[in-house]
Amino acid sequence: MEALRPAKNRDEANDPSSLVLRFGPDKPLRLDAGIQLSPFQIAYQTYGTLNEARSNAILVCHALTGDQHVANPNPVTGKPGWWEVLIGPGKIIDTDRFFVICSNVVGGCLGSTGPASINPATGKPYGLDLPVITIRDMVRAQVMLVDHFGIDRLFCVMGGSMGGMQVLEWAASYPERVFSALPIATGPRHSSQNIAFHEVGRQAVMADPDWRGGKYIEAGVRPKKGLAVARMAAHITYLSEAALHRKFGRNLQDREALTFGFDADFQIESYLRHQGMTFVDRFDANSYLYMTRAMDYFDLAADHGGLLAEAFRGIQTRFCVVSFTSDWLFPTEESRSIVHALNAAGAPVSFVEIETDRGHDAFLLDEPELFAAIRGFIASAARARGFEPA
Amino acid sequence: MSVNTAQRVDLEVVADLIPPRAKVLDVGCGDGELLELLQNDKQVDGRGVEISQRGVNECVARGLFVIQGDADTDLGFYPDKGFDFVVLSQTLQATRNPREVLKHLLRIGERAIVSFPNFGHWRVRLSLLLRGRMPVTKDLPYSWYDTPNIHFCTIRDFVNLCEEVGAKVERATALDGNGKKIGVSLPWWFWNFFGQQAVFLLRR
Repeated sequence: MEALRPAKNRDEANDPSSLVLRFGPDKPLRLDAGIQLSPFQIAYQTYGTLNEARSNAILVCHALTGDQHVANPNPVTGKPGWWEVLIGPGKIIDTDRFFVICSNVVGGCLGSTGPASINPATGKPYGLDLPVITIRDMVRAQVMLVDHFGIDRLFCVMGGSMGGMQVLEWAASYPERVFSALPIATGPRHSSQNIAFHEVGRQAVMADPDWRGGKYIEAGVRPKKGLAVARMAAHITYLSEAALHRKFGRNLQDREALTFGFDADFQIESYLRHQGMTFVDRFDANSYLYMTRAMDYFDLAADHGGLLAEAFRGIQTRFCVVSFTSDWLFPTEESRSIVHALNAAGAPVSFVEIETDRGHDAFLLDEPELFAAIRGFIASAARARGFEPA
Repeated sequence: MSVNTAQRVDLEVVADLIPPRAKVLDVGCGDGELLELLQNDKQVDGRGVEISQRGVNECVARGLFVIQGDADTDLGFYPDKGFDFVVLSQTLQATRNPREVLKHLLRIGERAIVSFPNFGHWRVRLSLLLRGRMPVTKDLPYSWYDTPNIHFCTIRDFVNLCEEVGAKVERATALDGNGKKIGVSLPWWFWNFFGQQAVFLLRR
């Protein structure tokens, strides 16, 4: 009967409408914070069929506020999956051919253990009692999921932004388990400016009186205003000045003249407010703190003695690194530093910089040049892996 | 970076200089024609650098490993002796600093193969001599103001540059307009006059 409940009222954080893999006390998740998280669970979705050799699996890693619903309607918003333009039957990532896995990251809020999950020790939501989660922790959890399927080696690990960080971490930590890697619009570390933006978002959340020191779920409230402001600020960083101006200019919102007040006179204001408001309906505020922190802590070179090339020493994984010209959150230089490190390590790597004015979010959009690059890369990797041509 | 892809008549000659299973970096690889040829015929481990997005996408679609980049700025990131051969085909004259690029090629590769259009060809000389105009020929179709080829040189000039950076010329070949080799043991002045293209095999 439970599955019939309207998705709207469902507690997706604890009882997700997706598939769930639960790990008992015998299989704790080792966290970088020095704690063994147990029990814990991973919510995930799969598409397509795993072949007999278990060699056709593609792991898709989601970004900051993404989830496991990559290629099916989102149970919370009802909108198409966040990468449905790319993934599905007959699409570029063809689920008639590949077995696609996408899991909610640990620390998330759509069914994998996160701050909104019930802490078995207290019977209450973790809130800030959950240790800080890192990108490496997320990947460790994904490894346990991949092990569950008996997959030794993933055909491809792909993702954009925070998902791209996970791709890099996979390749660096488990090179022999990644045949090909596709990190998009990402970097080997979070820059000072990016940490700064995240801090603005976190402070906005924590400044909301309804945040209640992170214990808002028990209090029956939610820091909607703070989280909305955080999302508004972040959303600007996902676009570009050119795209904003093209889309909104200085156009007024449903009015003929300025009102000499602080209502949303401009379309861009109205747009941002809408972005903020719809976000709070689908995302947990504490999870936003954890996700942003995980990105801030990411520094792959620092994990390898300060030299990024060391992270990839001896790696055989085939790489395709993609950046966008107008992405100022993860500028092309970040991708180039990955490419230079891979080159120095002798890894087979391609690098494409896509010309677009759509900013960081371009990786989620219908970008023909991006799709052409992905199609070519996947096809050549499939040939190299000995798959029949599509 | 490959600005004269239509004229890469030198590909066969370049490919002939590379032994099977070599590790090759093609700087200015265009749409990946040479790399694909080498990969299919000689099973080389090939990589490319290309400035245009179209070229890079074409290469990736062909299953080649190519990095979008600029020979002038990106070669510095490649480690010493990372490749058996570094190829610079029809690209030297379009770089901002050919001398530095050549030095990088010799540092990155055990050997470097450089091909370029010869500005000493008699047609070029004749155009300047008789018409008093910068030459526009089948091989060099651009006007002076819109040409990507900003550092033309003659075969003799290039030989001098090789001496200057301490590169040893292992082999040199002049080609006519159809990519055919011009007599093997002819003197430099002859090649410099009749060669439309030159292909050099160099080492440190």
